[in-house]
Amino acid sequence: MMARGNPQLVVRLTILALVLVLVQLMFFAQVPVFGAIADLSPLVVMSVGLLCGPVTGAGFGFAIGLMIDTALLQTMGLTSLVLIAVGYFAGRLREARDPQSTFAPLALGAGAAAIATIGYGIGQFLLGFNHPLSWLLVKQTLATIILDALLALPVNALVRRWLTPVLPEDPRRRRRRAYTTGGLSPLQKA
Amino acid sequence: MHDRKVVRRRRAVLGLLVACALILLTAYFGEGAGGGLHSIQRGALAVFSPIESVASDAVKPFRDLFGWFGDTFHAKGQNKKLKKEVEQLRTQVAQLSGDLRSSKQLDKVAALDDNANLTSMGLVDGRVVLASPTLWYSTVTINRGTSDGVHVNDPVINGDGLVGIVSKTVSDASQVLLITDPQNGVAARMADTGVPGFVQTGSPGNPNDLLMQRLPRNATPHVGEMVVTAGTATPAYPTFFPPHIPIGEVSKVDPNELDASQQIHIRPFADMHNLDDVQVITKPTTRSLPVTTTG
Repeated sequence: MMARGNPQLVVRLTILALVLVLVQLMFFAQVPVFGAIADLSPLVVMSVGLLCGPVTGAGFGFAIGLMIDTALLQTMGLTSLVLIAVGYFAGRLREARDPQSTFAPLALGAGAAAIATIGYGIGQFLLGFNHPLSWLLVKQTLATIILDALLALPVNALVRRWLTPVLPEDPRRRRRRAYTTGGLSPLQKA
Repeated sequence: MHDRKVVRRRRAVLGLLVACALILLTAYFGEGAGGGLHSIQRGALAVFSPIESVASDAVKPFRDLFGWFGDTFHAKGQNKKLKKEVEQLRTQVAQLSGDLRSSKQLDKVAALDDNANLTSMGLVDGRVVLASPTLWYSTVTINRGTSDGVHVNDPVINGDGLVGIVSKTVSDASQVLLITDPQNGVAARMADTGVPGFVQTGSPGNPNDLLMQRLPRNATPHVGEMVVTAGTATPAYPTFFPPHIPIGEVSKVDPNELDASQQIHIRPFADMHNLDDVQVITKPTTRSLPVTTTG
């Protein structure tokens, strides 16, 4: 519940959501790259989950899904359901493992895209999509996952840059500083 | 103790969000097109469509730039193949050009425009402003709606051929169900031979593969033949599409598939991944002109 009691974070998340939906639907959805369509929504939701925790991540995923389904006149709730899973798992990963590697977003982006595309596909089949699963569909799903994985690094960096100024001091970060500087910030130590 | 409380709260919020999503999904799926959630969607589209239109204009140069890069890569890859094809075609053209001039083929091609008579069907120019990012939805949103005379079930075309049909509309925007969507289907025929069939998506997610199904047993289609809309041949099976609109060309004829399922593969003329300017036929005349089935 990081966003609760932090109005600045709520404002920034709202702006991020609006920009994401506009850019995704007006630009990325209409520009195929090597035949695949980049889907930024699971990447941004993943980044928010990694930075803000599972509850904020899941809530942000729900909101983004609702906005996309409303804007595209799609079945409401399905995209939300998928993105809730992405946001929650990213947040839980942060709590359990706190991946710090520079390239962690690459793998996490692929995971988020896989959850989103495969979850969405399963949802479609459960809702009565009555066509056989073609090899081409599998190939396009894989292409989207790879493309999303490549985009995960810059997307994660941008989201981090946008949200970090309003995030509360991460206890884990404080512990790390205490270990390396003897409890003092480099400024205090000087 | 504190951790347990946090975990409980976290699970409660997650459960609440999942329950909300499932309730929305069930309610949306269960209600009709005039239901509350559908109305909310249409209301949101009506409110935001002017903003979407302006924003879409703003990002169009960037889209075009990316499209240019994509086209360049694609063109480079196809260059070699096309050069070879051009050589073959040049020889063929030299042989056929004399015959073609005197044949009925040119008359038929010219008649295609005359027969379709699209200018009298209330064409409304529109532009794609939103597109779905998923492989599962083949829809786009255009910046024309009921205030421009657009109705649900109006056919949508572009310079290349048939694009789809209007599935939902509000005052300033409409949703277009592309012909590559599994829910869509078009009564069609071969432009030259008049062989009838029904065109629908072949592989969902692939915008370049349509199936022409229900072909007559004695049909002998060839790769490269043009497929057009058939219009309404009998009142018992009405269609929303006017006749003679180009759909695509035959891309693959598998004798086994043709024999067993009476179907062939069609490559649509319209590039569904790069739709920009489209036209909505607001006063479609779907009456089919008599055609001679020779296939």
